[in-house]
Amino acid sequence: MARNISYQQAIGEALAQEMERDETVILMGEDVAGGAGSPGEDDAWGGVLGVTKGLYGKFGDRVMDTPITESAFIGAAVGAATSGLRPVAELMFIDFMGVCFDQMFNQAAKFRYMFGGNAETPVVIRTMYGAGFRAAAQHSQCLYPVFTHIPGLKVVTPSTPYDAKGLLIQSIRDNDPVIFCEHKALYTLEGDVPEEAYAIPFGEANVTREGDDVTIVTLGRMLHVAHEAADALAKEKISCEVVDLRTTSPMDTDTIIESVENTGRLVVLDESHPRCSIATDVSAIVAQEAFGALKAPIRMVTAPHVPVPFAENLEDLYIPDAGQVQQAVRTVMGKD
Amino acid sequence: MSDSIRAICMPKWGLSMKEGTVAGWLMDEGDEISSGDEVMDVDTEKISSAVEVSESGILRRQIASEGDTLSVGDLLGVLADEATPDADIDAFVTEFQANYVPPADDEEDGGAATETVDVDGRSIRYLLRGEGGVPIILVHGFGGDLNNWLFNHEALAATRAVYALDLPGHGASSKDVGEGGVAALAAVVSGFMAALGIDKAHLVGHSLGGAIALSVALDNADKVASLTLIGSAGLGADIDGDYLQGFIAAERRKDLKPHVEKLFSDPALVTRQLINDLLAFKRIDGVQAALETIMAAFAPGGSQALVLRDRIGDVAGPVLAIWGSGDRIVPASHAEGLPGNVRVEVMAGQGHMVQMEAASEVNRLIDELIG
Repeated sequence: MARNISYQQAIGEALAQEMERDETVILMGEDVAGGAGSPGEDDAWGGVLGVTKGLYGKFGDRVMDTPITESAFIGAAVGAATSGLRPVAELMFIDFMGVCFDQMFNQAAKFRYMFGGNAETPVVIRTMYGAGFRAAAQHSQCLYPVFTHIPGLKVVTPSTPYDAKGLLIQSIRDNDPVIFCEHKALYTLEGDVPEEAYAIPFGEANVTREGDDVTIVTLGRMLHVAHEAADALAKEKISCEVVDLRTTSPMDTDTIIESVENTGRLVVLDESHPRCSIATDVSAIVAQEAFGALKAPIRMVTAPHVPVPFAENLEDLYIPDAGQVQQAVRTVMGKD
Repeated sequence: MSDSIRAICMPKWGLSMKEGTVAGWLMDEGDEISSGDEVMDVDTEKISSAVEVSESGILRRQIASEGDTLSVGDLLGVLADEATPDADIDAFVTEFQANYVPPADDEEDGGAATETVDVDGRSIRYLLRGEGGVPIILVHGFGGDLNNWLFNHEALAATRAVYALDLPGHGASSKDVGEGGVAALAAVVSGFMAALGIDKAHLVGHSLGGAIALSVALDNADKVASLTLIGSAGLGADIDGDYLQGFIAAERRKDLKPHVEKLFSDPALVTRQLINDLLAFKRIDGVQAALETIMAAFAPGGSQALVLRDRIGDVAGPVLAIWGSGDRIVPASHAEGLPGNVRVEVMAGQGHMVQMEAASEVNRLIDELIG
């Protein structure tokens, strides 16, 4: 039965239920077992945000603390996946993927292809992304477009507790490497989540609000910004349809195109930078596949092409907000 | 102030409804309203339906207008007799609106939260509304859950206790369906009655739930006060096997929607939210296997395995069979030629989900049968 729990609890529950169901599922990462120098204690922190709290007590050495060596433990997780385990590695910040590019891009993403379809790499990298945490330029980026670019990786960006649980279970059961991107600002978000395990298939966007005038395609934390904008625009009698991509690879282009064919207008809202992003990708797909349906040029709302600022006032300005989305919608409506 | 003044309020359809949008009034100010009349169409994120009043009087005021979105319990309009002065009605409206508090986001359904009971090792979820009298038990069909009764449950509970349960494999009940056929599921309904200490009940079953209710009534003559069968299975071999198979096989919205549309006479009732809720149910671990097991036992090869038509004459209490003439899942022809103890009502133009689409008429017929 569904009850109200947080995004953070939904992720912890998905891990616990899959570890219970399948003993090949293991966890590894910095502080995932204990943390603060006290590995293994039941009351230990459980990762920087407590997502894995309590799992060591239940599953013992299937929950492994690693040294601060991202390239080594991500590589170890990939290797373990090729030899029969289903590792879930926690990479504290997505920004740290910099030192793991070879393991992910050249190894994990390529094994199935280079071994003629005979190798599988069922590894999940859970990782925290996004601005708004006063964590500065090296701990705040939205790097999901980088992974979306690489064939062989699957990229997941849940926006709600319900999606976080169902998509993480699917990620663990999936036989390909999955980058599971958790937005820092969403961990405390609460929502209805069934107690039972369930899997949400990849490549199925969720139309979270139906509307007639404009399609807003978005993902992750920005879904909630899109809804805030759509609520405000409803008062101006502008009806927005909101499409949450849920996964950027594979991407559900059918749902995007179907929606744009109904509304004739598109605003893409993406917290990543404006170049080579999900915003540009979605815009290009629609321009190519549904140009005839468009009544106005596509607008993109993204962060600017600068590193995430550490100054609080500048960081707040950096993150796309509902006002910018409203302005973009008015522009495509010819009402600015 | 005249005590003939009655508020018409935004109803609560199902556990999750928080607000509704007025799609339009069906009655004008000054119209005479009788209990059971539909006065307004309301859209919610899940479903659209008509607001039915349980009072009589003249519609003196339309407070809500088309397009307004109002919380559950908020004032839609005012009924009163002819003699009530306008000033009294104004005062009533002012007082209502001054005191109205919308339900909090996390508030449960006015105490009517679902509960669970252990039935022979399975956890069965149910929702109880109303109290007293010989209770009614509502049994949903294949792929459904207790929310299939959202337009019936509260209305029927005005004068008695009404239980709606989730069958095994459905809703929030255990996913273990045992052998999965009508007999196995009927044993769970009997067990449910025993577990809750219900000695005797009026059974109302829809579709597969009808066959289950009929089976319970035949095996426990002393425990069933009356039987209402809606678009019921169990009265002939025909059933739309493609629907059952399609409902089971569909993994995505686009695949599921055409099958679900077959259930309704008005396909516009199949909202995105309804499909999303069904997908969320189907994606829970164990549901797929449960549905497949039920299908294999209940309708192997797309044809009903258990036909109880010859025995329906043996049911002790009164029996009512309600059908939509346009039912595309279980044909309305199964309502023909039933023995004399069965009152048959075929509703023109209605589909399989007749208890949702023609709720007030179905509720009236059940009330009439039960007395």
